Amino acid sequence: MNPEKIKNEQLNKEHYIAQEDVHAPASNWFVAASLIVTLILNFLPLQGDILVLRPDFLALALAYWNINYPYKMGMSIAFGMGLLMDAGNAGVLGQHALAYCVVIYLTQIFGRRLRLFNPLRQAPQIALILLMMQWVIVLVAVLSDALLPDWHYYLPIVTGVLLWAPASYLLKWLLKQKPDPDAL
Amino acid sequence: METVPRFFRHGPGPLTRLFVFTLLSCLLIAEDTRFKYFPQLRQAIGVIIFPLQKIAYIPANIYDQTGDFIASFNLLEENEKLRQIYLDNREQLLKLQALEAENAQLRKLLGAVQQIEPASKTKAVLAEILFTPRDPFSHKITLNKGSQHHIQLGQAVIDEKGIVGQITQLYPWSSEVTLLTDKDHSVPVQVVRNSLRSVVSGTGKNDELELRYLSVNTDIQQGDLLVTSGIGGVYPPGIPVATVLRIERDPTGDFAQIISTPIAGVDRNRQVLILALVQPESHDTQEKSVIESGKN
Repeated sequence: MNPEKIKNEQLNKEHYIAQEDVHAPASNWFVAASLIVTLILNFLPLQGDILVLRPDFLALALAYWNINYPYKMGMSIAFGMGLLMDAGNAGVLGQHALAYCVVIYLTQIFGRRLRLFNPLRQAPQIALILLMMQWVIVLVAVLSDALLPDWHYYLPIVTGVLLWAPASYLLKWLLKQKPDPDAL
Repeated sequence: METVPRFFRHGPGPLTRLFVFTLLSCLLIAEDTRFKYFPQLRQAIGVIIFPLQKIAYIPANIYDQTGDFIASFNLLEENEKLRQIYLDNREQLLKLQALEAENAQLRKLLGAVQQIEPASKTKAVLAEILFTPRDPFSHKITLNKGSQHHIQLGQAVIDEKGIVGQITQLYPWSSEVTLLTDKDHSVPVQVVRNSLRSVVSGTGKNDELELRYLSVNTDIQQGDLLVTSGIGGVYPPGIPVATVLRIERDPTGDFAQIISTPIAGVDRNRQVLILALVQPESHDTQEKSVIESGKN
């Protein structure tokens, strides 16, 4: 595509509105419910190969809300959710809390940039954020006398990235479900 | 006085926030791994997340129930099979009882001290695994029985094949089990073949245990069965722990490197048994009487 065509597309007002970049408002309840649901998904008693492949749903939810609705999300919420995750995980208290804070920090910095892309193109960039998060977790674990994990440990990044676009579209669709104003 | 409209107020920048929360996390991590001043904190969070874990267990429950329902179609067959196994075991049990009686008699003849309380003095509680963590750092599982079900710290956890681990953290309705494979976990064991005593420790890897500090010329072979020796009082004696997988005898080193694999499905079960060692009262009364007679 030549630059002029892109420019024309961006200036085309109807096209811009049809792009659905304008987000539907999300209620606090909806955000809280999504966090609890993703925490429950993280607590599913999975075993074996499925457990190895399970993405960190909660991290994805935190990243999604902080990219698209930064005013709904904050580091304190991420820290609290991380503590819950740590206690459930029977790991070091503060490990996931720190990792989720890093997720919030990165998405806050790159949020405006990421919002320019559609979810499909956001996905690879999310992979980097998830990788940073896992490195924080590994760092804390190694500092508290654990061995370095092997490559299986990084598989959830792949599943998380694959999940990113469908989950984004699903949330967008859920948020657009408004009552019909002509119903009354 | 400075008046900034609410819209423009943002508080500290992202980097400052990250710094503050990193500091807070580091404090927590140090507290949790080294000092452990506030064990109540973990308890409180554990109580908060318990309902969530319960909800997360519902799908597994439904799966189990449908599995049971399907399995109920060939119940007759299974019943028959189990009866056969029962009869076989019955015969062995009778033999065992006879041997036990004979053994007791022989011991009496020898004037040997009574062994540590026999395995029959344990009480078992069935528990379900609520959660297995995903990251390879924590070799721990969460069970659905806690201090409200009279579970105590340090009780052994087994499955149908052998030792799984030990209870290390108690919540009111759930508890955490440190698995055999955890790096900081050791079990006193005995080789069945020649009753050589040692301690088997976790390595932090799945399916790998290590027998440390056994000299190069130790009489141990590949495939040797290791059972709990009962020393230390945490694990009842005679429960299978591991089989020796491979032995590397490096003549330049002082110790042989002996790797074994746990027998129990440490990471494969849905249900486990918590063994409560019932404190033998007779032992205490005996001691008391000894003291009393000493006084007299």
